[in-house]
Parts: sequence; structure tokens; C-alpha cells
Amino acid sequence: MNAFQESEIGGESEMAKFAGTSRREFLRNSGRLLIGFQMLPFVCAAMDDKFTAHPVAGNGKSIDSWLQFDSEGILTVITGKMELGQGIRTALMQMAAEELNLQMDRVRIIVADTAQTQDERYTAGSGSIEGSGNSIRQAAAEARRALLKLAADHFNAVPEKLTVENGLIQYGAKSIAYQDLIKGKQLEMDVTGNAPLKQHTEYKLVGKGVARTDIAQMAAAQPYYIQDMRLPGMVHVRVLRPPVYGAKLVSLPRDEVLKLPGVSQLVVNGSFVAVVAADEYQCIKALRLLREKAQWSSPALSPLPAGLYDDILQKGTGTETVEEKSDVDKGLSGASVKLEAVYKRPYHIHGSIGPSCAIAEWKDGLLTIWSHSQGVYPLRRTISDLLNLPEGKIRIIGVPGSGCYGHNGADDVAGDAALMAMQVPGKPVRVQWMREDEHQWEPYGSAMVLRIKGGLDAERRVTAWQTEIWSDTHSTRPGGNAGHLLAGRDLEKSFSFKSGGFSGGSHRNSVPLYDFSAQKIILHNYKGPLRTSALRSLGAYANIFALESFMDELAFKAGKDPVAFRLAHLKDQRAKAVVALLVEKAGWRRDEVGKGGWRKGSKELSGEGFAFAQYKNNAAYCAVRAEVLIDPVKKTYKVTKLSSAIDAGQTINSTGVINQTAGGMIQAASWTMMEEVVYDQKGIVSTSWDKYPILRFAEVPHTEVFLLDRPELEPMGAGEAAQGPTAAAIANAIFHATGSRLREIPLLPEKIDWKKLS
Amino acid sequence: MAEIIDIKVNGKQHRVEADADMPLLYLLRNKLEMNGPKYGCGIEQCGSCMVLLNGKAMPSCVIPGSAAAEYEVVTLDGLARGGKLSIVQQAFIDEQAAQCGYCMNGMIMSATALLSENPKPSDAEIRQALNRVLCRCGTHTRIINAVKKAAAQMNGTQKEEKP
Repeated sequence: MNAFQESEIGGESEMAKFAGTSRREFLRNSGRLLIGFQMLPFVCAAMDDKFTAHPVAGNGKSIDSWLQFDSEGILTVITGKMELGQGIRTALMQMAAEELNLQMDRVRIIVADTAQTQDERYTAGSGSIEGSGNSIRQAAAEARRALLKLAADHFNAVPEKLTVENGLIQYGAKSIAYQDLIKGKQLEMDVTGNAPLKQHTEYKLVGKGVARTDIAQMAAAQPYYIQDMRLPGMVHVRVLRPPVYGAKLVSLPRDEVLKLPGVSQLVVNGSFVAVVAADEYQCIKALRLLREKAQWSSPALSPLPAGLYDDILQKGTGTETVEEKSDVDKGLSGASVKLEAVYKRPYHIHGSIGPSCAIAEWKDGLLTIWSHSQGVYPLRRTISDLLNLPEGKIRIIGVPGSGCYGHNGADDVAGDAALMAMQVPGKPVRVQWMREDEHQWEPYGSAMVLRIKGGLDAERRVTAWQTEIWSDTHSTRPGGNAGHLLAGRDLEKSFSFKSGGFSGGSHRNSVPLYDFSAQKIILHNYKGPLRTSALRSLGAYANIFALESFMDELAFKAGKDPVAFRLAHLKDQRAKAVVALLVEKAGWRRDEVGKGGWRKGSKELSGEGFAFAQYKNNAAYCAVRAEVLIDPVKKTYKVTKLSSAIDAGQTINSTGVINQTAGGMIQAASWTMMEEVVYDQKGIVSTSWDKYPILRFAEVPHTEVFLLDRPELEPMGAGEAAQGPTAAAIANAIFHATGSRLREIPLLPEKIDWKKLS
Repeated sequence: MAEIIDIKVNGKQHRVEADADMPLLYLLRNKLEMNGPKYGCGIEQCGSCMVLLNGKAMPSCVIPGSAAAEYEVVTLDGLARGGKLSIVQQAFIDEQAAQCGYCMNGMIMSATALLSENPKPSDAEIRQALNRVLCRCGTHTRIINAVKKAAAQMNGTQKEEKP
């Protein structure tokens, strides 16, 4: 075992040793391709320029596509999914270690690398546990069966008589280690899918809150992020982005920039402009000059925010029926109580705290790119398109960046780096976006409008429900099309953006999980003024906000307690269980049951709101309770507490599920309470944190998460379950406290009708 | 224009050549190859680049390195003593107080400064001390818990030390 591998396994004390290891020693010690330390990609390609000579192991069907053993008995898990801060590395290692009866310190992992891992497309949709996790679990079960068979032959015994303890197969007093059975080879047989999985009652690791080792690296200021990579001879690049979408370059202060100290190159190709310097700060100063003096021909952005929602309603095209059950019109016309409401959400940013970054090196006819992209394989196809370079000449290595929460600038900056690497051959080129680049150019979560109509019968049950959705696309990931990269569109020979059509993301979670006798969901697509793509939970955020706000409105009309009203319309037992768990743990103290409405206090008003959804109607169940405190004197409100109950099926890592759920609630609270992309005809105005504020510590609600573990069921992703319910729970709590129904995000305090409280 | 800057970082004197206006952040990251302070916004709005200047948590993305040379600079890279992480660092690990972790530098540095001035902070004081640092993953609850844990441990340790 080399020093490098120890550093991963042994935790922070071993890492200190690694910090003192010289680069040379590092390369010598890590002289094989399969090394499961997150930092290794930093040097891997530098050491191994012939990466194309190492094909990805297996074909996705064999055990060694997912799992490999070394001669020391260390298991390397291979996943095509990316670590985004969700803790997927630890969860996947737990799943493999569990099936193979290994302790966690015997397991490593390699994430997203086109030279080492399977093509698992994007790390998105909370699908890594369900996708990669299941593949790895099945592969581990198959490996266990194969190893037991080898051991049985070795001992001349039947497999049933063998036991396994931390990689050691025991037969009576005799034992043999996994690695001694396979003798330096890998298990290349296919994963049949019928190898017996371990019973959950025997689990020792799955379901436990196994600590992430990468958090120790972060806390110790070890190099961990792509931003921390320093390669020999590396140069810095800044890209001058246009002032607004579609602007064309007119003139540049070319000579002036080239005279600046340290500037080695100014690359201009159509409207793509980038400056190169050995020193990062000198590069930034060159960018400042370029920004100040470059002239552009800019089209005006429209419609402007004031007319956006009207434009959406007028120009939505295509009427796609997402779902239709029974006759909604008849149901509505026969209803004894009818209600209609329109809900809106603005454009939101992902808002990674660390702006996007990529490093690329073009050397000996091969292009290596280090990237925090969510999809290294689709990115490779896209770079291949951009440069007209065969995919086999390109390697993309996933290295963690700042949290992305969907499609941010990661792919775009990798495109910038790829183009620039070709301009600076033989040297690693580091492209770091500035804060304003990220705020201005990342693709946003789309603005949306939802109109819901509903009716109640004489028993105060919902008889009919209709939702109309208006939305721009929620997916413009590159997927092989260079026109989806910002740089691709700015080149002289530009690539055009080929819309992949409007994705299903727009109507995600629009179909109520409730049992209504008639329902209809209609989608209208809208091509809006701003660049949009996948933001955590896609359309589910606004769809659940609207759906669960409207349920609250109907409950109020019906004179029913909002939780009881929901339960009366829910048939799904797991849904009911999550609701019940939240009420039991977080409480539900409404004293005006049957009356609905809001209560007045002497100084401050408090309110509580509730909302529920099953993500995608087929994944994790999540209920959220929000508490708000209203200050009628200052005319402000605070979300004081967010509580959640979640059922993500079998829990793999309990601390991970809780972390993702609490984080999802806080992020969604920020979107819901205060966030909105601001723009005018000249372009995006909200290019910094003061112009696009997000929740800070002073205002952040306290969070609590109650986990409903279902070890007997399949595991499901948990990262996107809380967003929609959180938005509605906050709106419902504000209504409860103030009587004001806020239907337009952000739920700014000035939208509350304060007169009602005077 | 480049000049020679003598600066004390993490108790060690360094001499670097850098543009006089180069912000401390770039000096630390690129001249001294430190990983603690991170680039986030460049205009003192996010706190990713926090360092300690004479014990106070301050962003390093605007103040020039030449001006920062008047202070004792401490970064996350220098909090460990003899290979042992500081109580605050360890508390963040124990509480698993991170998702992507990009903000952790700002959180740990701000908490370190807080606890050295105020060993028994209230929740409100903790929130106030961390208010300059943005976290997008929403790990705030755990971060507050980590700071509380570190405070409790520091107070416990101090008690033990006093006979």
C-alpha cells in the first residue's frame, strides 16, 4: 500500500503525512491507474499520458466494472457518479462494504472519470443511489457469491459452511483472504442480478451514519477542490463574457491588454475573448481592463421583469396534457365550492459559493480536462463536438467543486478550458469564473406560472382539480451539443443552440398524489428571455409550492384542518406514515381547527404551515412543517423553524439523508423567501450577493429532520424531496399567521396585507 | 508593480514577490500554496476567504497582501498544532458539518475568532459571528452545533487545566 492510499484510508493523521510527500514520491508511489484518493486525479494524467491505453474496466455488466481488489485486499469501488457534496462517495462505499463484509477502512472509491468509470450520464435527479448504488450492490453480491465459491473449492467445502469477517473467509479454524483467492486478478464474470443480497437484518454499515472522510480533508485545508489544483507550469485564464445574451464583440483594447505585466496571450475568436497570464491576479487585472474598454453590440433583453408573467401567460405554446382522469369540467361545474388561484415563481440561481472552474491540458495529441461537471461522459461528447476532436483523445476527470445543485457553470467553464488548452499547448490551463460570471451566466431555474382550479363537494372533499403549467425548459445540459456551451455560441464559427425540446422537468410533481375523482394537468411551454436549465428538483419546486398551497386554500374553504384535509385525501400508506411521523415529532398545534384562519397575538404573531409531497411521485416521501414569527410593527417575518419527516426507503447513510434534507429545506427557504434574478434590457443586474441576497445565519431557520427508515425496501435518493414542500409550508404558515395568501415567490414581507392585522 | 513583501503567516515569516495591490487571498493561495482561504466573490460579501488578522476574522479577497503584512495572519492551514487539528476543526468533523464544504474555511475561521474572544457564546452570538459567511448547501444547523460543541470542549478543557 502506498503513502497516498494510506492517506485516504487512515483519516486526517495520515493525511498530514501525505501533505509532506513530495510530488515525485507521489507519482512513484501511485504508479497504477486505479487509485481511490480524490486528489490523485490532480497528478494522474500528468503521470500517465497514455491514458487511452487504459480502457475502462469491464463493460458495465461485469463485476470488475464496479469493483476491483488490490493485492492488499483493499476494495476499490468505481462509480460514474460525481461527488457534489451530497456524500455519495461514502454511501456507495457503504453499500459495497456491506455486501462484501468489509470494514470501511478497507474500501476506496473512484468517481466520474472517463478513463476509469462507467458512463453513468449525469449525477442528477437524486438517482445515484438508485442507479449506481444498485449496480454496485448487485456487483458486490455477485462478487461475494463468486468469492465464496472460490473459497469453497479451496477448502473443499460447501459455500454454506463458510463465514466472512472483514474480507477473510473462514472455514472452521482455517481462513483465506479475498485477495489470496483471486491472486491479483479481477472478477470479470457478469453480474447476473440473481446473487443473493444480504438481509437487512444483518446490516452493520448500511443505515448507519458513517462519517465522510472528505469532511476531514476539508476541515484540515487539504487540497480537495478543483480550485485547489496546482499543476506544474499551469497558466491562468479569464474569459471576457459578453454583457448580455447574444451580444457581439465590436472592439477590444488589444494592445493595451497585451502590454499589461504578465499577460502572455489574448485569444479572440468571434466574440469569445480570453486572456492568459502566469499569475492569476495579473490575469484578473487584464480582465478588468477588457471589461472596462471592450465594445459590444448588444440586443435588448425582453420582456422585462414587470411584464414577464403576462408574457408567459400570453406566449406559452403547445398544450400538452400531462394527465387526465375523468371529466374535470363536469366535476368543477358540479362542485359546491369552487376556487381558482394563480401562483408564480421567478428565475432562481444555483448560486454555488465557489464559482465554476476547470483545468485542461493539451499534450501529445491528448486533451485532459479536470472538471466538477455532473456528467463527465456527456461533457466529453460535447467537447468532442466543440473541438472536432475524437472522444478517444479526450479524458475528463471529475474533481469536486463547490456545491452545484444542478446545471451551473461547470460544463461551460470546462468548454472554456478546452478551447484555451488548444491555444496554450503543453501547459495546464486553469479557467476560473469570477463571481459575476457565475451569477450572470449560469443557466437559471425557470420562472413559472401555475393556474389551479379546484372544487369541493358537499362533504368538503375535492371533486375535481385542474392545473395549468407555464414554464421554460428545465434541461439544457450539453449532452454532446457544443451549442449548449457558452463558448460554443460565441466562436466565429459558432455552434447553434439546439433545443432538445421542453423536458418533463416542467411538470415534475404536478400530478397530485391525492385521491381526487377527476383531475387534469396541462403544460404550456414558454421560451423566456433568460438561459435556463436544471436547478435542484426542476419544476417540482414550483409545482409543489402551488399544489400544496392550493390544498391549504381548499382546506381553509372547507373549514378543515390542513393536515387532516390532506390525510383524508391520501391513500398511499407511506405518505400517511410520513405525515403522521411529522405531526407526532414536530407537533401540530393549531387551535382553530374547523375555523381555519389566523390568530392574533399581542406583539408578535406566530403561524405554522404544513406541506407534503412524494418527489417525482415515485421517490422519497417528505413532509415539512414551517413555523413563522410575524412582527406587525416592523412589518417583517421570520421563518423560525423547519421540521421535516422523510421516507427515502432503505436508508444508506442516515447522517447523509438528514444533511441533504435539512440543506434542502434551508436552500428552498432562501429561494422562497427572498430570491429573484433581477435583469433589465441591458442584461442581468443581480451579479453579486448584495444584488441577489440569500439567507444568512442571522435569518436561517432552525431545522430538524425525522427519518423514517424502511430497511426492507429499496433505497431512494433524498436530495430533492424537501424543496417543494418547504416553499408551500412557509406560504401556508404566513397565511396562518396573517391571513395573507402569498402566491408569488419570493414571499417578500411587503406582499403581506398588513392592513388585515391593524 | 511587483514588490517584495515580508509577511508572517501561521507563525512563519515569508518573503514573496507580488504586485503591491495583489489581494492577500491570491498571495496566500498562489504564492504560499495554501488551500484554506477560498475565492468566492472577491468583494467581501461571502466570507469564503476568511483569515485571522491579529486574531480577528477578516476576508482576504480585497486587502492587499502588502497591507496585510502589518498583521499576524493565520489561515485554516495553520490551525493544527503538532499534527493535531484544533478543537474547532475537530468539532466540524465530529458534527459532519459540511455538504460541499466550500464555506467551511470561513465558518471555522469565524468560529475560531469568536471563541477566542467569547468562550461561551449564545446562539445569537454564534449566528452573528458567522453571518458574514454564506453557505448555499444549507448546513447551518450543523455548523451552529459544531461551534457549540467546540465551545463546550474548550470550556471543559480550561476547567480541567485549572486545578
